Amino acid sequence: MRELLNLMMLFAKVGLFTFGGGYAMLPLLKSEVVERRRFLSEEELIDLYSIGQCTPGIIAVNVASFIGYRQKGVWGAVFATLGMILPSLLVIMIIAAVLKQYMHNRYVAYALAGVRICVVALIVDVVYDLWRKNIKQIYDAVVFVLAIGLLYFCNLSAVWIVLFAAGFALFWYEMKQWRKK
Amino acid sequence: MIFLQLFYEFFKIGLFAIGGGLVTVPFLFDLSEKYDWFTLKELTEMIAIAESTPGPIGVNMATFAGFGTAGVWGAIWATVGLVAPSVIIIIWVAKLMDKYKCNRRTNAVLNGIRPAVVALILFAGMDIAKITLTGMLSGVLFALLLASIRFWRKSPIFYLCLSAIAGIVLQI
Repeated sequence: MRELLNLMMLFAKVGLFTFGGGYAMLPLLKSEVVERRRFLSEEELIDLYSIGQCTPGIIAVNVASFIGYRQKGVWGAVFATLGMILPSLLVIMIIAAVLKQYMHNRYVAYALAGVRICVVALIVDVVYDLWRKNIKQIYDAVVFVLAIGLLYFCNLSAVWIVLFAAGFALFWYEMKQWRKK
Repeated sequence: MIFLQLFYEFFKIGLFAIGGGLVTVPFLFDLSEKYDWFTLKELTEMIAIAESTPGPIGVNMATFAGFGTAGVWGAIWATVGLVAPSVIIIIWVAKLMDKYKCNRRTNAVLNGIRPAVVALILFAGMDIAKITLTGMLSGVLFALLLASIRFWRKSPIFYLCLSAIAGIVLQI
């Protein structure tokens, strides 16, 4: 039990100091889990990231579950994940509760309007990076355009877009294999 | 039963959102259209707050949406729903770990999904832009922010604070 709680506290600490997505967590995890506690090697940690990337769910949570499982089995995974979400639950609820009261204040409204513009800029920036990393061939561009088209004209949900893209990619892969033969 | 509904919807997001960072955003857009849990405007504020507070963005978003919809228990149910698929699937994958390696077919599928995910995120950004970039002033601020984010890389927190101040000063 004590080790489980330690595991939970470790990931609560990591969660508390992670701003942004799962990748922002990597340097912190490295110093805590690889260098200080020697749960795994740096290579293993990177492997966990690629598995976390390949499997459904938020990367940060996947990585926490995995490390927890490796240390203490199923309960290790559960406690590591609980630790990971604890800071979010506490901090966000406080902010949401406090912010709601000030939502109608004129200056808060101005500040939030400014912040919204920044969010668009941050998303565009992320998309630019993702585009450079992931759209390299004509195939990628076709999938991108198809996805935009389906979103715009058919108003399809994100789940269907992902499933369609997966089906299309599988079909394309099998076609290529078949043509090789 | 609102709690079960929150759990179910966020469980689905946890199951279908693959990757990190803003991947949950397109799914939350769907939620804002399907339910009256939160509006598009509130979602945009959630993204800003989730980006500038501790914790993975996806988890923050779930907590925020759940709390706004049904208070403390809403936050807990939504967040647990979001992470439950991860825990189940990762335990299963870890058991298969020795045999499991992203083989070529898996890789082909994952590579094929990524362009679609880029499209999803861009589309989400466009929707926010529609309600945000409404005038000259906001357009100029947007261009300045984008340029400084690209060429003068600082943390998102810095830019979010900066734009909050700009919003107050310029009275957008």
